[in-house]
Amino acid sequence: MTTVPAARPTTEAEIPWGRVRPQRQLADKTMKVVCIVSTAIGVFVLGWILGMLAWQGLTSLSPRVFTQVMPGPGSEGGGLANAIVGSLILTFLGIAVATPVGVLAGTYLAEYGKTSKLAEVVRFINDILLSAPSILIGLFVYTLMVQPMGGYSGWAGGVALAIIATPVIVRTTEDMLRLVPNTLREAGAALGAPPAHVIINISWRAARAGIVTGILLAMARIAGETAPLLFTALNNTFWFRPDLFGGVSNLPVTIYQFALSPYPNWQELAWAGALLITVTILGLSVVARFLIKKEVSR
Amino acid sequence: MTTAPALSQPVTGAPQPPEARRAQPLFASTSAGVADAGAPVRLAVMKLDFFYGLFHALKNITMDFYDRQVTALIGPSGCGKSTLLRVFNRIYSLYPDQRATGRITLDGRDILSAAIDVNELRSRVGMVFQKPTPFPMSIYDNVAFGMRLYEKLSKAEVDERVEGALRKAALWDEVKDKLKQSGMGLSGGQQQRLCIARTVAQKPELILFDEPTSALDPISTGKIEELIEQLRTEFTIVIVTHNMQQAARISQFTAFMYLGELIEFGPTSTMFMNPMKKQTQDYITGRFG
Repeated sequence: MTTVPAARPTTEAEIPWGRVRPQRQLADKTMKVVCIVSTAIGVFVLGWILGMLAWQGLTSLSPRVFTQVMPGPGSEGGGLANAIVGSLILTFLGIAVATPVGVLAGTYLAEYGKTSKLAEVVRFINDILLSAPSILIGLFVYTLMVQPMGGYSGWAGGVALAIIATPVIVRTTEDMLRLVPNTLREAGAALGAPPAHVIINISWRAARAGIVTGILLAMARIAGETAPLLFTALNNTFWFRPDLFGGVSNLPVTIYQFALSPYPNWQELAWAGALLITVTILGLSVVARFLIKKEVSR
Repeated sequence: MTTAPALSQPVTGAPQPPEARRAQPLFASTSAGVADAGAPVRLAVMKLDFFYGLFHALKNITMDFYDRQVTALIGPSGCGKSTLLRVFNRIYSLYPDQRATGRITLDGRDILSAAIDVNELRSRVGMVFQKPTPFPMSIYDNVAFGMRLYEKLSKAEVDERVEGALRKAALWDEVKDKLKQSGMGLSGGQQQRLCIARTVAQKPELILFDEPTSALDPISTGKIEELIEQLRTEFTIVIVTHNMQQAARISQFTAFMYLGELIEFGPTSTMFMNPMKKQTQDYITGRFG
């Protein structure tokens, strides 16, 4: 049992309460309202786009979208099978080229170059590339590959997408490797492991989830790119050649062409394609987010 | 967290002969074995200077480290004790602006010479850091990491060495059923013992401890200290510590450093009971630092 202490006099505040001015309180409330309204507008617009897309896309989505080739102009039926397969091939081609280049360049920046002049220059150029207009990259690959090779090809499309994906991977790889504590590298070196061994078996391993996340985000980025494909892979309303020479059908350019067409059937397929791309990108982002969370919590 | 055993229980996993199980009074000033004045010199430092860029961090250090003895480096923060430790395995050379001049011999071989392969040197001079640094891999792979670098071993040999090292680090009983699990999932004290096992597994000639218990709770600290005491029978040990009682408890020799200079070096009992320099006396009795 605790004994109740005898009542003691309480102190009085030296500075009287209620000294916050009404203007200050008003400004506080206004700021809060403005922020909430702005957020609401942003979320509303996003919701509108996604809602519209889901509504229109789902009504035009049917099994034949996945199984049939694009229909001719003005004809009924048909699907997007060739565009879906083409897009998958182009995206994986781009990622297959961009991943080794990006991961190794990011590794150079984080592990070897660090603050050297060369590393600073590479980092700067990479940042520029990161925000380069994608149409320019399309034109670049057009002059580099399409013109000399005498025609559009999936290979040129893959290279264009790779150029867009590379800086994303470089950046995330460097950032993730920088999060690996230096003491871990020292501990590896202290056991007599040469630098390359430390990088491969310790740094990369520690940053693995982060690096994979970067690759997924790069994939999400290039999956919806249209401009670089216009000049490189172009499109194809039929099945493309297995050697990927000539136009290769793909979703973004198909959406662009079908959405602008006067044929309702094409417009419906454009909605279906847009929904497919959006869901894919959303899925990749969610997985990436999940991986990042796992990495941070570890 | 592991469940903490009572302090009186022996914490080592391996069964030991009864004579090795000495009672260890926790706070007696020098409870470790008496300094063996006749022990041969393992590591000799001669006129060592060290620079971080232009900053002269170690000044003309000359001292010897004796075979299978624990030498503690003490002194206030920034006095250069960790720097000295980082010269012995040349880990400093990871950073281009750091350099050492002078001569250090390990078993008579000049380890600062350009002819020495630093990676081979580091395979002979193990280091345990302040913060536990488990690699992002299984407990087993953590321990096998170092030995796999320099030796061709069969699976059975690796198994045996991993078990032996974990036993020596008093960790075997706690992890033997989860060797395939990540080393990052262990508690702080276990992680530090894992790092010790990893170092021991490589059979180094010298083990450097850089404040190995400053990130650990008192029980884990006790285990590590007991471990160091046992490792001394096989390895020559240098330990940097901020904790004077720790130096007194586990070392046979103590060096007191201040502002990059070696002030006094001698058997731990002499250093703590009867220091020759006033600076040492002041530091040990807590008057400064």
